[in-house]
Amino acid sequence: MAQVTLRKVVKMYDDVEAVSAIDLDIADKEFVVLVGPSGCGKSTTLRMIAGLEEISGGEIAVDGDVVNDVPPKDRDMAMVFQNYALYPHMTVYQNMSFGLRLKKYPKDEIDKRVQEAARILDIKELLQRKPRQLSGGQRQRVAMGRAIVRNPKVFLFDEPLSNLDAKLRVQMRTEIKRVHQKVRTTTVYVTHDQVEAMTLADRVVVMNKGKIEQIGAPNYLYHSPATRFVAGFIGSPAMNFIPCKLEQAGDGLNVRLSDTVTFAVPAERVPRYKGAVGKDLTFGIRPEHLTEAKANGSKNLAVFDAGVEVVEPMGNETMVFISISGAEVCCRTDPNAAAKVGAPMKLAAHLDHMHLIDNVTGQVL
Amino acid sequence: MSAVTVDSIDRGARRAKYGSMSKDRRWALRWSYFFLVLFAIFFLMPPVYMFITSLKTSGEISAATSPWWVYNPTLANYVELLTSEQYLTFFRNSALVSTFVVAITMIISIPAAFALARMKFWGSTMLATGVFLTYLIPDTLLFIPLFKMFAVFHEWTGIQLLNRWYVLLIVYPTLTVPFCTWIMIGYFASIPKELDEAALMDGANYRQILFRVFIPVALPGLIAATIFAFTVSWAQFLYPLALTTSQDQLVLPVGVVTTLIKGDVFSWGPLMTGALLGALPPLLIYAFLMDYYIAGLTAGATKG
Amino acid sequence: MVDAVAGHARSVGVVRRPGGLHRFLRRKSTIAFLMALPLIVLIAGLVLYPALYALHLAMLNKSMERFVGFANFAFLFKRETFWMVVQQSCIFAITAVIFKALIGFIVAHFVHNIPAKGQRKWRGMLLIPWVIPPAMSTLAWLWLFDPSYSAINWILGYVGIGPIPWTGDAYWARFSVILVNVWYGAPFFLIMYLAALKSVPEQLYEAAAIDGANWWQRIWFVTLPMMRNIIAITALFSLIVTFANFDIVKILTAGGPIDRTHMFATWAFWLGIQGGDIPLGATVSLFMFPILAVGAVFILRDIHRRGNEAS
Repeated sequence: MAQVTLRKVVKMYDDVEAVSAIDLDIADKEFVVLVGPSGCGKSTTLRMIAGLEEISGGEIAVDGDVVNDVPPKDRDMAMVFQNYALYPHMTVYQNMSFGLRLKKYPKDEIDKRVQEAARILDIKELLQRKPRQLSGGQRQRVAMGRAIVRNPKVFLFDEPLSNLDAKLRVQMRTEIKRVHQKVRTTTVYVTHDQVEAMTLADRVVVMNKGKIEQIGAPNYLYHSPATRFVAGFIGSPAMNFIPCKLEQAGDGLNVRLSDTVTFAVPAERVPRYKGAVGKDLTFGIRPEHLTEAKANGSKNLAVFDAGVEVVEPMGNETMVFISISGAEVCCRTDPNAAAKVGAPMKLAAHLDHMHLIDNVTGQVL
Repeated sequence: MSAVTVDSIDRGARRAKYGSMSKDRRWALRWSYFFLVLFAIFFLMPPVYMFITSLKTSGEISAATSPWWVYNPTLANYVELLTSEQYLTFFRNSALVSTFVVAITMIISIPAAFALARMKFWGSTMLATGVFLTYLIPDTLLFIPLFKMFAVFHEWTGIQLLNRWYVLLIVYPTLTVPFCTWIMIGYFASIPKELDEAALMDGANYRQILFRVFIPVALPGLIAATIFAFTVSWAQFLYPLALTTSQDQLVLPVGVVTTLIKGDVFSWGPLMTGALLGALPPLLIYAFLMDYYIAGLTAGATKG
Repeated sequence: MVDAVAGHARSVGVVRRPGGLHRFLRRKSTIAFLMALPLIVLIAGLVLYPALYALHLAMLNKSMERFVGFANFAFLFKRETFWMVVQQSCIFAITAVIFKALIGFIVAHFVHNIPAKGQRKWRGMLLIPWVIPPAMSTLAWLWLFDPSYSAINWILGYVGIGPIPWTGDAYWARFSVILVNVWYGAPFFLIMYLAALKSVPEQLYEAAAIDGANWWQRIWFVTLPMMRNIIAITALFSLIVTFANFDIVKILTAGGPIDRTHMFATWAFWLGIQGGDIPLGATVSLFMFPILAVGAVFILRDIHRRGNEAS
């Protein structure tokens, strides 16, 4: 059993609040990813959970026991570092067994655990090598092996894939997921890459400037972001943001993006947006929800014309960049869409997936 | 002059030969070697001459033959010194002093360097910079007050330190500890912090981190510091000259200079032999551990 | 310790500095302090205290019974030898360091130019003067300079140059002392500069070559600026060490002839230990301090600047 609970945890550096009163409940065996831009406080939070940073306020509890003053070595957690932090003078075997040797485990127990971890991570042939003889991916696996061997209550990952090249990153991502399925342990994973967050997490915690923006399952965050930050952070390519005005139109509402582009708000949304008429708003819509207008449009598809500025053929799709009210807007169309630079194009906006954001509060309505 | 001559007419036949050197480069290399040989002669002449002289009898030394060649080589000088009770005492004293000083230096420097590199405490930054500023108070300033201090100490406690070889064990560390601490701080600081943290997560306490992680990883720095401490101790001249006078208490440099020069008579054969043998331990260490030696020196410079 | 916090385990939302944590903090820094304590004691007791004691000694009379204030200082100021020593020390230090730096720089370039495999061998050979205890190698030079049997004069004789009184004549003696010091110290500069040379990125030289720079311009505009810090630091340190030199002068000339090669160190030894006038010796050696302090200021400033540049 390894639940981790954070209650109003604060971290102060001199007078600066790096982490402001965050609350988080991590269930046993859950894979939680803390994601956010540099400086948002995610690594600091992780390190406070590990015990490598002191907590300025609030408390962190593991299985109900507060661990604020418990030193790292007694918290029964294992950490995988961004730079692997392998002991350069020890072999892979010695690296992995170091923690157990410190705790004076019997030799055969140590050997059993190391061999098992090596099997899971497929590094058996590397056991007698030294870190400098290993590639980046191999080192990362050894670092994970070192954590697995300890059989801890919680796994902590601090941006472990940031130092790998793109291809290796994708490979290791799958590895990590596979390992988590085999070794079902509570995991807290920190990254700045939202793709990693989306693919690995049971739940994603989006952080910004020391605060939690939103917590939720990846799909939930994708489709129902709570704030503008989350809406723009999750998903690649990013959501399009266009300043807009909400206008009364009889019983319904219209969203006016520019002089030429106005959409009628879908009926089921009108009650939700009614109170925002006249406010300073931003219209948010993901590129895949701006497609080429096809003859058989479904309900809530708003067709409009736009001048094509840039066309990026990607093979499986074509990115078409248009401009609305001065904002650059990205649309994902079929690969054989009729898009030519300079020529106008008919596009459809899937308004089921539209978002309206209050510019003052940053909240998604 | 370009290295690649492109024959515009015959492109196919002539390819640029990237492997060979241009004429410029070859000449630069020749000049480099020429000057290197000159400087090598300059730098190596004295030790070579020491060796040549050490093989001569006193007769040959005072003869009019070429000083740069040995006509009747003899090992008599070596035999004389290596069987001389006095010389061996000098050697023994030097060895004892140097070895003990290395140990003392390591015992003081390593924990201090660890504390200064990794742990913060009041005054630690001040101490770290202050450490090598101690070299600005040279031994040539301190030898007189130290001399007096030991004399006064004798009056107070009756413990005779002056004219005992072990007084040097107290004084030499002032020369070795600051630099060794500085080297070690540099090496310790270059160990990534994440390594400590990994060890902390693995369950190590500070003592275990020091002995099982830091020291092994910083081993090259340790070796360099040890070599430095030994070499400096062995080569010391001023302190022993000022603080020890009886023949059985002298260390080698002082012993050779004071006993083999009797008044105005220099017995050059034994003198050069004695000097050469005296220079041997540092030279041997240097020969076998040259890379560590140089690393220790430059570590201070490049790491700052 | 931990109990103090455990009692409050259920209270939330309070930003506090728990007593237990505080104690833990202090514990860590006390351990650190204890680890550094021997170092502190060593420096305080065997470096700082004697330095101050030297100041005290300098103000006593010869038999060290009476306090005489600055009488020793005044006495020295009136002695012609003293001013000679000051002059000799300064000229010696500055000249020696300049030559050491020059030779070190030039030879470093040569070593850097030859293929990497050979560099180690040459570097090894050229550092030997610095490895040999200076007292021992100075004996070799003493023999090389011997008035009757000088091997160098023997060679010069073949070229028709008369025997040179290396240690007999005042000016030649000064030259000899500087020569030996340069011989001893240049390899150190060589090693430092070689390491620094290697850290200059090759691309800078290539860019300069493309821009049309010849070898001299490359040195002036690329090498020297990149090596500025190393050059400054080693020169300053060497100035201090050379200024305080004892071994070479003592063995080679013992300060003579007629005190013409005395430096602060050797003269202090002569007066203090050999002459039995400890306070006077202390006074002499103290005069090194102001000059060394100036050097220290420059070094500190340089390191500070370097630290700021780096970060």
